[in-house]
Amino acid sequence: MSVTIVQNKEYKNKQKVKDNFISAIIGFFAFVWIFPILWTLWTSLRPYNDIISYGVFSWPRHLNLDNYFQAFRVMGLTKYFLNTLYVMVPSVILILFLGSLIAFVVSRYSFRFNLTLLLFFTAGNMLPTIATYIPVFWLYIKIGDLFGNRSLLYNNYFGIILIHVAFQVGFATFVLSSYMKTVPKEISESAILDGCSVFRHYWNVLLPLLRPPLAALGVLMSCWIYNDFFWALILMSEDSKRPVTSALRQLQGQYITDFNLLAAGASIVAAPTIILFLVLRKQFVSGLTLGATKG
Amino acid sequence: MKTAAVNKIVRSRRSLSRNDRFTLSAFVGIPTLLQIIFLWFPTLITVVLSFTYWNGVNVSDIKWAGLANYKNIFLGSPVFYDALKNNVVWLLWFTFIATPLGILLAYQFDRKIKGHQIYETIFYMPVVLSLAIIGIIWNFMLQPGGFVQGVMGRDIGNAVSIWGNYSINSYVIMAVASWRHIGYIMLLYLAGLKAFDSSLREASAIDGATEWQTFRKIIFPTMRPVNVIILVITIIDSLRAFDLVYIIYGTSTAWPLLNILAFQNFAGQGISMKGAAYSVIALVLCVVPILIYLRNVFKEDLQ
Repeated sequence: MSVTIVQNKEYKNKQKVKDNFISAIIGFFAFVWIFPILWTLWTSLRPYNDIISYGVFSWPRHLNLDNYFQAFRVMGLTKYFLNTLYVMVPSVILILFLGSLIAFVVSRYSFRFNLTLLLFFTAGNMLPTIATYIPVFWLYIKIGDLFGNRSLLYNNYFGIILIHVAFQVGFATFVLSSYMKTVPKEISESAILDGCSVFRHYWNVLLPLLRPPLAALGVLMSCWIYNDFFWALILMSEDSKRPVTSALRQLQGQYITDFNLLAAGASIVAAPTIILFLVLRKQFVSGLTLGATKG
Repeated sequence: MKTAAVNKIVRSRRSLSRNDRFTLSAFVGIPTLLQIIFLWFPTLITVVLSFTYWNGVNVSDIKWAGLANYKNIFLGSPVFYDALKNNVVWLLWFTFIATPLGILLAYQFDRKIKGHQIYETIFYMPVVLSLAIIGIIWNFMLQPGGFVQGVMGRDIGNAVSIWGNYSINSYVIMAVASWRHIGYIMLLYLAGLKAFDSSLREASAIDGATEWQTFRKIIFPTMRPVNVIILVITIIDSLRAFDLVYIIYGTSTAWPLLNILAFQNFAGQGISMKGAAYSVIALVLCVVPILIYLRNVFKEDLQ
């Protein structure tokens, strides 16, 4: 008996040494991982001329936030941030709302096509974006012409919102319906017994129960839509109406030589998602994992 | 009592009021219509367009081409095979290097090694960044006057081109892509491991199994459902790959991928429905992994 304990202790000590070693190696890689981000921040604090005259690794002669003020002033980032809000807020609300509708019906009313519907929505989220590009472009122009206003959808926030909703609602449906499976059915049954209408059943009974996954999805979707630059780049013809990430993509070409200014711009644009992630990490993780690994 | 109640519910479901039936149809109908109009219908149209000649200007100019676009791609476009090769390289790299590294990290963090919380945060950080930002960050690292050039001892005057160097750019692209992918896989796997019964691990530790043995013989096999899903996600992401390379090279074919070629034919000079054919090829390759994914995720419902 005592021999096992001694052996166990010895084993544990050996493992401890090994673990410290592993931790040190991973620590090194973690530093490598974050280094490009730190380097960008570092670059953003230095004036362009410093690097030109003294080299990349020179000791900084000036460290200040000038590039940041400059970025807001010259690049007009405030305007682009507002554009992002115009797209992001309605998109996220609509995605969560429509996703919860489907999840509600599929998990609380047994129709024959329930599973088909769920499969259809989940698969839709996985289609390659590029395959829809030309028809979506044409559809937007044609629908606009039909109503006598070519920029009803094309070159309009409304169009970008619509395409985000169409693409992401499948993911929301999937996540919410798998969460719904964990909500006891009895609650719904008593609601139905009490003669609740379908709408009240959804609005007053189920929606409050869905708060945790809705919060998680809301965080995740905000991040994804904030980060998307592709749709805004091809469906917005006016530069001044673009959201901040696609604008940054354009500005990259314009300010390619002044990379300290660009570094400040990139840091400003990266800040919201990084802060969101650091503050609401739990929501991030649960939104992603509920969607990816549970059935 | 219970059965009576349940029967009543079943009955009440059948006899939904007209209002309720209308609400339900709207609940299902609106999102479904949106998906059909802006997602499935366009995809279908692209499939049809891949069998036509069209310059993208007037709908009346569309001419039936049969298999000509595909024939042109398979027989007359060497760049297609370069793209296919790059997609396969991407797939193999992600499957055999990046994804296993993510799993390995998840395993170590799940054991709560020293500093695991801060490490997790760091490894996941690239995943929350927009690719537009990732492109800029890596440009700072690699461009003339950037960090890597500095380490190589080259200042702005005699810098070398890294993105344009065909012997190394594949590695650089894979490295940048992994920078993002590893953290993502780490997080997914970590969540799977949280559900793992830790007594199994303790038992094997007491039996004197090394950590590697425990992982290989006990944890990895038990995690099979998660493994399959992560593998399929990796495959689909590799076949859909587009954004990162687009950020670096735009629509040029310096490092072609199927979706880059598709987009180049759509948005470059001279729109051609060869692009539609390219995206259909990418789509067809995705179909099997998507089906496997759906089958795994909805296993219980399908039975």
